[in-house]
Amino acid sequence: MFGLHYKLERKAVGLVLAVIVAASIGGLVEIAPLFTIDETVEEAPDMRLYTPLELAGRNIYIREGCYACHSQMIRTLQDEVERYGPFSLAVESRYDHPMLWGSKRTGPDLARIGDKYSDQWQVAHLIDPRAVVPESKMPAYAWLARTPLETENFGAHLDALRIVGVPYTDEMIASASSDALGQATPDGPRAAGVAQRYGDATQIRLFDGDAATVTEMDALVAYLQILGRLTDAATASTAANVE
Amino acid sequence: MVSQLTLGERQGALCILLLLAACGLLMLGAGQNDPLGVHGGIVMLFGVLLIFVVISGYFAPEPGTDAAGRYYDDPSKVGIVLAMLWAVAGFFIGDWVAWLLVYPEMTFDAAWSSFGRLRPVHTTSVIFGFGGNALIATSFHVLQRTTRARLPDQLSPWFVLLGYNLFCLLAVSGYLIGITQSKEYAEPEWYADIWLVVVWVVYFLIYMRTLARRKEPHIYVANWYYMAFILVVAILHIVNNLAIPVSFAGAKSYSLFAGVQDAMTQWWYGHNAVAFFLTAGFLGMMYYYLPKRADRPIFSYRLSIISFWGITFMYMWAGSHHLHYTALPQWVQTLGMTFSVMLLVPSWASAGNALMTLNGAWHKVRDDATLRFMMMAAIFYGISTFEGSFMAIRPVNSLSHYTDWTIGHVHAGAMGWVALITFGSFYAVVPWLWKREAMYSARLVEVHFWFALAGTLVYVFAMWNSGITQGLMWRTYSEGGTLTYSFIDSLVAMHPYYFARAVGGLLFLIGALVGGYNIWMTIRTAEGVKPEVLADLPAPAAARQASTGR
Repeated sequence: MFGLHYKLERKAVGLVLAVIVAASIGGLVEIAPLFTIDETVEEAPDMRLYTPLELAGRNIYIREGCYACHSQMIRTLQDEVERYGPFSLAVESRYDHPMLWGSKRTGPDLARIGDKYSDQWQVAHLIDPRAVVPESKMPAYAWLARTPLETENFGAHLDALRIVGVPYTDEMIASASSDALGQATPDGPRAAGVAQRYGDATQIRLFDGDAATVTEMDALVAYLQILGRLTDAATASTAANVE
Repeated sequence: MVSQLTLGERQGALCILLLLAACGLLMLGAGQNDPLGVHGGIVMLFGVLLIFVVISGYFAPEPGTDAAGRYYDDPSKVGIVLAMLWAVAGFFIGDWVAWLLVYPEMTFDAAWSSFGRLRPVHTTSVIFGFGGNALIATSFHVLQRTTRARLPDQLSPWFVLLGYNLFCLLAVSGYLIGITQSKEYAEPEWYADIWLVVVWVVYFLIYMRTLARRKEPHIYVANWYYMAFILVVAILHIVNNLAIPVSFAGAKSYSLFAGVQDAMTQWWYGHNAVAFFLTAGFLGMMYYYLPKRADRPIFSYRLSIISFWGITFMYMWAGSHHLHYTALPQWVQTLGMTFSVMLLVPSWASAGNALMTLNGAWHKVRDDATLRFMMMAAIFYGISTFEGSFMAIRPVNSLSHYTDWTIGHVHAGAMGWVALITFGSFYAVVPWLWKREAMYSARLVEVHFWFALAGTLVYVFAMWNSGITQGLMWRTYSEGGTLTYSFIDSLVAMHPYYFARAVGGLLFLIGALVGGYNIWMTIRTAEGVKPEVLADLPAPAAARQASTGR
């Protein structure tokens, strides 16, 4: 081993190649099979896609760095399952480009926060967290409710996601901007199309309670309310495998 | 600066800068209704500003032929100054967000000021701004001394240094206006990522071109590490940042990977950013400056070989320990844990090698705060690599993961190892580069050492306490078999530790300010300027001078 190295350290190109080979093996062995082994991601026929409004909310979640303090990955540990719900399955984030599993819980896990609180609670909490939870350390996001949602080129977002593997249809892409507005204006003309394209279970309502404009608050709350509810696969497999 | 460039290089610089400014203008035009436009403006301004700098020195006389007989250190000097500026900025933002967790109301009802946007400003400023500039600056210095060859030209080192800083600038300004990929430590969007690849290729070529001109048959150990840093960071950066932009007129992109594959790729990247950016590069620094300052040879050549190949091979397997008990298949978790534990061997080989090198020089460690910075760095390197292997063990990780313990671990590494070895190396190299007898004030180096050490210890102990408390509270059951504490109970229990952590960070920041002042005064003070020494010249010039008896 030392003899080989003694030769390598006198040849720059040899050293470079050796470093590349030595460093590549780990990633190849651990990452490549994740794309080919079928059991890596479970089957979930009922899995539905993010609507344009939820996707916009997800992008706001990313933009504001919410993942720095909130995980979206319930581990296979008893206390986590009891605190947050059934442990997370790989399939639940199969359309998450990128994933938001997180690495730190300054705040609680959000993998199953959907429908746990009312829209009113979520809006009030985002506007002034300490009005709802006095001990909270969360920043206030009051300005989200004042910022109209930019919906201009939603089709392009869905299109980009289709390229990386999310099965959005041509129709979904064509009506993406309209659907984004429709999901947050239940009495408007655009609402019906949303349920038709994304399923009857889609939550179509005034998320921020304000009918006048569709805001970033609408989008973020729509996203929070769908977390953990894209498929029932996790509830079905439940706590049988808890360690 | 410009006067050291040949006429051809000045013209080359102008061409590159015009192209850069044009790219900025294009981004500005295309991204009018998108945050991309703001970045276009920044790129254009950056280019135009440097065009003025080049023009202002354009008609200065060209450097004489004897310039080729010296090492080219201007980029290293500027890199060190930039590193200190990023350090102060990064530590300040870090301490600011630490206080935000104590007093969460300090956000002015504005988007840019929330924890979520400021936190990556802190991590990027410190890791890439401070750490990256320190690595680039010292690597150019070490590369030339250990090969006894001058850098191949005067333009490409500037391209790397300034291009890299443009990347850092785009990164941190982007987070403030809402541009991020959300991948930890890989937040910048697609166009900034592409730019970094260009810069990095030139960086690699400088290394290869200089090595090709080396006058020493062997490549010194510090350069193995710098090479591994450059190569592997390139691999990690390219793979983890693969993404499809929504449009070329917008900043937003969607990662090529999703879910579990994305998680594994991200932490393969994330952990090896620690391994090859924050470890390999800084080990390169340690393997040169520590023996130089102590005036002792490296304790063991064989230990450094074991350590180098161990780190290069095994670290790349360890990333999955960030995903214990998650939806990642268990076989990958187990591999990650196994290699993480084994990593203790090469890690301690390097830490031990450094400390054993100091054998016979302990009186210097006592008297010389610069050497003490490096010694303390090696100790923290040993501590935090042990802690890392320990935390990668699944049952331990079930307690530590998601808690402040991780934050404490990272900062033991970042403050105790990365920052201390950098400050130690800077205090050694600044007088050499600027040809001074010594630093402006040895006493201020001493002051900085104690502030840095105290700050690190306060910070790390606070986070150990809060992390373990948090982990235990989350899993405590009452006699009735229900969870004893709500999440908010655990958050309330963190308050005193968050306060202590912010104080620790403040001490560390004060230390860096003292260090910055000391370095600045060393540069400014003309006293104690030393004449050129024979030993600090590239091989042919040194030989020529020796033979003519000058």
